[in-house]
Amino acid sequence: MGRKLLLEHINVPGINTFEVYRQKGGYRAVEKVLRAMSPEDVVEEVKKSGLRGRGGAGFPTGMKWSFLAKPEGKPRYLVCNGDESEPGTFKDRYLMTHIPHALIEGMIVSSFALGANTSYIYVRGEMMPQIRILEKAIAEAKNAGFLGKNILGSGFDLELYVQPGGGAYICGEETALIESLEGKRGNPRIKPPFPAISGLYNCPTVVNNVESIAATVPIINDGGEEYAKIGLGRSTGTKLISASGNLNKPGVYEIELGVSVEEFLYSEEYCGGIANGKRLKAVVAGGSSVPILPANLILKTVNNEPRLMTYESLADGGFASGTMLGSGGFIAYDEDQCIVRNTWNFSRFYHHESCGQCSPCREGTGWMEKVLHRLEYGHGKLSDIDLLVDVSKKIEGNTICPLGDAAAWPVASAIRHFRDEFEWHVTNPQEAVSRNYGLAHYADPLPKLENVAAS
Amino acid sequence: MSDKVKVTIDGITIDVEAGTSILNAARQIGGDIVPPAMCYYSKLQGSGGKCRTCLVKVSKGSEKDPRPMPKLVASCRTTVMDGMEVQNITSPEVTEARKGVVEILLINHPLDCPVCDQAGECHLQDLSYEHGSEATRYEFERRTFDRIDIGDKIQLHMTRCILCYRCVYTADQITEQRVHGILGRGDAAEISTYIEKAIDNDFSGNVIDVCPVGALTDRTFRFKNRVWFTKPVDAHRDCPTCSGKVTLWYKGEDVIRVTARKDEYGEVEEFICNTCRFDTKKTSDWVIEGPRKINPHSVISANHYTQLMPPSVVRKNPALLEANKEQFERSTKL
Repeated sequence: MGRKLLLEHINVPGINTFEVYRQKGGYRAVEKVLRAMSPEDVVEEVKKSGLRGRGGAGFPTGMKWSFLAKPEGKPRYLVCNGDESEPGTFKDRYLMTHIPHALIEGMIVSSFALGANTSYIYVRGEMMPQIRILEKAIAEAKNAGFLGKNILGSGFDLELYVQPGGGAYICGEETALIESLEGKRGNPRIKPPFPAISGLYNCPTVVNNVESIAATVPIINDGGEEYAKIGLGRSTGTKLISASGNLNKPGVYEIELGVSVEEFLYSEEYCGGIANGKRLKAVVAGGSSVPILPANLILKTVNNEPRLMTYESLADGGFASGTMLGSGGFIAYDEDQCIVRNTWNFSRFYHHESCGQCSPCREGTGWMEKVLHRLEYGHGKLSDIDLLVDVSKKIEGNTICPLGDAAAWPVASAIRHFRDEFEWHVTNPQEAVSRNYGLAHYADPLPKLENVAAS
Repeated sequence: MSDKVKVTIDGITIDVEAGTSILNAARQIGGDIVPPAMCYYSKLQGSGGKCRTCLVKVSKGSEKDPRPMPKLVASCRTTVMDGMEVQNITSPEVTEARKGVVEILLINHPLDCPVCDQAGECHLQDLSYEHGSEATRYEFERRTFDRIDIGDKIQLHMTRCILCYRCVYTADQITEQRVHGILGRGDAAEISTYIEKAIDNDFSGNVIDVCPVGALTDRTFRFKNRVWFTKPVDAHRDCPTCSGKVTLWYKGEDVIRVTARKDEYGEVEEFICNTCRFDTKKTSDWVIEGPRKINPHSVISANHYTQLMPPSVVRKNPALLEANKEQFERSTKL
């Protein structure tokens, strides 16, 4: 049984209310930081914990906090990024629905560490119930004296606001989120300047994922070093994984980083194997933007080592044979799923969600979607496959924000690993619209590396 | 420490003020190494970074931190650092990326230059001749929109728009409220004014000048003439609202269009008011300064002979030669 830090009391009835959360040891971290620690101590503790951003990029949170500029006379802001809209990721929604106070406690701790007196939780517009839950929880915390003026007599003031977004995927990008929070159109800003220097209302701002902020609570309670003991190497602590797709038990799981992918997929503790006794074909390991991997490569790396659920192990092999942990949206596909259709679906999403600011993404995503649509419905040509690879290369890295990369990677990786299936869609258009390609060789064990004598 | 920094672009070193962008440093050097820019406009605050045609490779970050930048950067929005080394036309990666951007800009652009009013002075046309490929690989229906009249002087045709946001920044800077902006998202985004309302401002006509393509055109000039049949002449007048420094475009004896003076990068020197632009089209209103210098490679210069050089077929025929001479005199009279 892995250790649970965030979801430890998830099954306690009424954990979403202040009383029950407090009885279970909630708000201890707030008491500890306000009474016994300085903001620098908190940042230091988070640095020691090795916590990495849970929103996708995996940037060390402590380091991000230490970059925050602290000019005199300017307020600083903490913004919590609850605009979770990545297809396949639903961990933040789960956390906000069931233990809203974990997030609020984390917000108080983090705001104290950064010296922010006004903090925002930016929640995606579609999550109206979660917004109400958070507002109720904030009111409860305020009643108990954990928010507002002079919290617990320490002289630290904090106002916490929940801001509903307009329901755009692009507003999950931190600078677009800041624009949206300021009441403007959610277009990503051109960096530099980075938000740590000039963010919300041109003041220094830190934008963190919901889970990263909630994770500061166990770090403060147990100490950063204790937290760093969990996990493997530079991937420390626990991570919420949203498992979906053809699994026996889809849902949100808290894992200790370092669990093997095989264990996560097949053990009874986690996903419980592939549904209906079918076989695994492919996995998207970290939300729709990360490269898709066939079954053989997700379970074992090219060096025939078991792949683990860590930032490093999933990225092993780079883009040629690896993927990313991303935001932890784990989607499993069984042998009856069509990769071309799935790629088209993702591509359609990015086409719809592109903000339209910079040209490669605005025009390129639509182009890829149209070509993939043609392939999926059996009107494609063999040259389309190379065209897609080329267009994805033209988008990748040439855009203002990472949405362009996120749109390009799934297409490029699907073609890299499943080219046979794309070609089959072109050569057998009649069959392609009536049945799926099947498992083919995608689950074959990897060929053993040959021992080449060192010359 | 002086506040000059040293930057090397394609092997040419120059000292520029700290805080200059790579693009402006390249413009100070001039010549072929200047990256093209479709959305950046030096007179408009906040513009740039969107079209991605000015991408360059930074092979050395600075003297202090010599690491190269991991991705290509937009030269219009990246400031130079001391000792920075930039590759523009010497980097195959940049040329390849630029070619891709041009292709992508053109996939939804109607390639109907023969009927477009902007042809001849269109930046997208220049860009695609210079950096694009001869054929597109896009095989789907292009995006189209209906024409919209923004007031009685300006027409907006979104089909041609490349969403550079220049007109949005112009409108933002000349008016108090946000009257002109973007509706919709992604490739459904369109430039519009609030409920198709006219922009009621003395300087609204400048959105025509800043538009790099034929999306915003002058309704008083639309389809009157091709730009290469007209002759640009610098002129000025005493204008109470603007500087009054303009370029008049003559066709024969008539002024058929008035625009602001544009420099070699297609940027206006000074914004002019609507009265100068739309309502003052008589030679007697203006003090003529002399012909406007246009780059001899531009199609605008195509019909402007500086000396009589009749083609060989004309030279052999005395009657044609005489007629040609007459034509030449008439066309150079101004």
